[in-house]
Amino acid sequence: MAGQTLAQHGKIRYNQGAIRRDMWVRKIGKFGLLFNPVVVYFFLWAPILVLIVFSFNAGESVSTWEGFTLKWYGNIFANTLAAGTEAARFSTELMLSSVKNSLIVSISATTISTIIGTMVALSLERGHFPGKKFLDAVLYLPVIIPEITQGISLALFFKVIFDWVSLQSPDLRPTSGFGTIIIAHVAFSVSYVTIVVRARLSDMNPRYEEAARDLGANEWRTFWRVTFPLILPGVLAGALLAFTISLDDFVVTFFNSGVGTTTLPIFVYGLLKTRVPPEINAISTLMLIASTILVGSSLILQGRGADK
Amino acid sequence: MTQYDVELIDVTKEFPAKRQDGLVRAVDNVSLQIEAGEFFALLGPSGCGKTTTLRMIAGFEDTTSGQILIRGSAVQHIPPFHRPVNTVFQDYALFPHMTVIQNIMFGLEMEGVNKQEARKRAQEALELVRLPQVVNRKPRQLSGGQQQRVALARALVKKPAVLLLDEPLGALDLKLRQAMQYELKTMQKSLGITFIFVTHDQEEAMTMADRIAVMDQGKVLQVGKPEEIYEAPSTKFVADFIGETNFIKGHVGEIGEQFSTVQMDDKSAFKAVVGEDLHVSAGQEITVALRPEKLNLFRLKGTIEYEEGSTESAESYKAALLRDPNINLIRGTVKQAVYIGTDTRYVLRIAGNQDIVARIQNFGLRSDTVFEQDEVVNIFWNAENGRVLLQ
Repeated sequence: MAGQTLAQHGKIRYNQGAIRRDMWVRKIGKFGLLFNPVVVYFFLWAPILVLIVFSFNAGESVSTWEGFTLKWYGNIFANTLAAGTEAARFSTELMLSSVKNSLIVSISATTISTIIGTMVALSLERGHFPGKKFLDAVLYLPVIIPEITQGISLALFFKVIFDWVSLQSPDLRPTSGFGTIIIAHVAFSVSYVTIVVRARLSDMNPRYEEAARDLGANEWRTFWRVTFPLILPGVLAGALLAFTISLDDFVVTFFNSGVGTTTLPIFVYGLLKTRVPPEINAISTLMLIASTILVGSSLILQGRGADK
Repeated sequence: MTQYDVELIDVTKEFPAKRQDGLVRAVDNVSLQIEAGEFFALLGPSGCGKTTTLRMIAGFEDTTSGQILIRGSAVQHIPPFHRPVNTVFQDYALFPHMTVIQNIMFGLEMEGVNKQEARKRAQEALELVRLPQVVNRKPRQLSGGQQQRVALARALVKKPAVLLLDEPLGALDLKLRQAMQYELKTMQKSLGITFIFVTHDQEEAMTMADRIAVMDQGKVLQVGKPEEIYEAPSTKFVADFIGETNFIKGHVGEIGEQFSTVQMDDKSAFKAVVGEDLHVSAGQEITVALRPEKLNLFRLKGTIEYEEGSTESAESYKAALLRDPNINLIRGTVKQAVYIGTDTRYVLRIAGNQDIVARIQNFGLRSDTVFEQDEVVNIFWNAENGRVLLQ
């Protein structure tokens, strides 16, 4: 029979050379897998580590370590800045008011963009309408276009609107301020919210919504009793991401701010004209901690119940 | 006119095709009448349109054309939340953010039942599915079988006119599935609610359903009781899909009243049933469906032992069989014998180089019931077990 003629019985011979070579390749691969992330993370984190370390440096130098101090953290809350031309532009009060401005802008922009972004995510994920594919592609635009382009285009947009309004009613003199910054921030953070909420929605089993309707819930009650609770972690994650991006934003804010609306990033930039005072390291470290907490919470929320 | 619980009249559903322009017909001109209190199965391979049919009854899909009547009134334009039907989903779709009792109360709250009353009725529903101890657990803390029961309770607590079940036991392991089949059947009989369930598992359909509709490519091929579908399949697809079947090719010989003769390629012939609605003419090429367990084998020579101890020679046994006009007797060669516990499965080469399968129950491995490779044996069966089908 065919089976008997094909089968070869007896001892099996292995190619020892090939085995040795392949074991070496495997060893190199294993080492590479360990080594690779170490290098990558070093490049990513080394500059930030330097910044954090030097925010505790006793000397004013940003290159030589002269011992540990909390002086710079003390200074920024004690109305002083290490002697220099910047000192004249600094006061704790000014700094705190810029923090307040930042929070006003970020909280407003986040609230608005979370509501709009969730609605957009719902219609893109569940709706059927002409041009959906196009809108889908355009959604990523604010994420990928250079921030400076977006900042300038928004500034121009506001200018055109303001000129038109002034022409219609000369008594109204609209100018840049919180309004323009908030609108500008909403413009870029909506995309982030939409992307995060949409991912959550598309992970969600559509049977849940069908089950709700099957059990007698109309669309409105289905949304509030079933859909919304299930996408809530995604909505919160999107909101935190939007909040973080808005809080840190410099470029778009720079082009669209007005008098009395200096946010923290703009304030910090104002202190940097000729050199980097060591207090900047301290402020930056505090901002970094705040952002890390926010982004971390966002990631935890996105991951929570992803398997549901 | 009889009032049906669910009636489908020429229902068609078309979907836009995924990869090219045009439409795909998922459900093609389906008409069904399902009586009150019936346990009805929609059976077919995946993609046959059975789930789409169920979803149209539930209201999740619109019909492209045709009518769906529930208790006599058309429901095409009634949204699912106003239809008197409830669904048990394939993956149960229990709300993960609610506890078991909240899941079951959900449907009652939507009806405006007050919380206390809803809780009481939900508790009763849990007792009905014999799961009263899991009230405050979340669905993910339950086993698959428990989730299945909760899904059932959630649908039944609404007291629907019709309960729809989409592959209800698909996610359970074999033992649990068999237990649930029995339980569902018992529950359905005691509640008296019409059940319509979708399955691709013919055994499940045969076990539970009062009647089965076999579907393929959007069409209903045959509707009938399980035994009708099994014993008298109307098409080759149905015969093939439900259980194992031999298809023997041949030509129509003499057309008789009860049986017609089927001529195999080399002059050997046998008798088979031609269904009432099947019109064949002499000489026409046809296929005969014949179940493997209907076949019997015995040796050309030797003795046949009976249970009580008496024996008979193979020759006289054969002569007795040939006197019965309902018996078909042909010869075949054993090509393969596989022992599978309850029975032994023989592959036999018969006239015209065709292979057929016979399943012989293992009453006890007596020497006259175990056949050797390449042995020529007598094969006989009752002519009413062979059914003529068109190609």
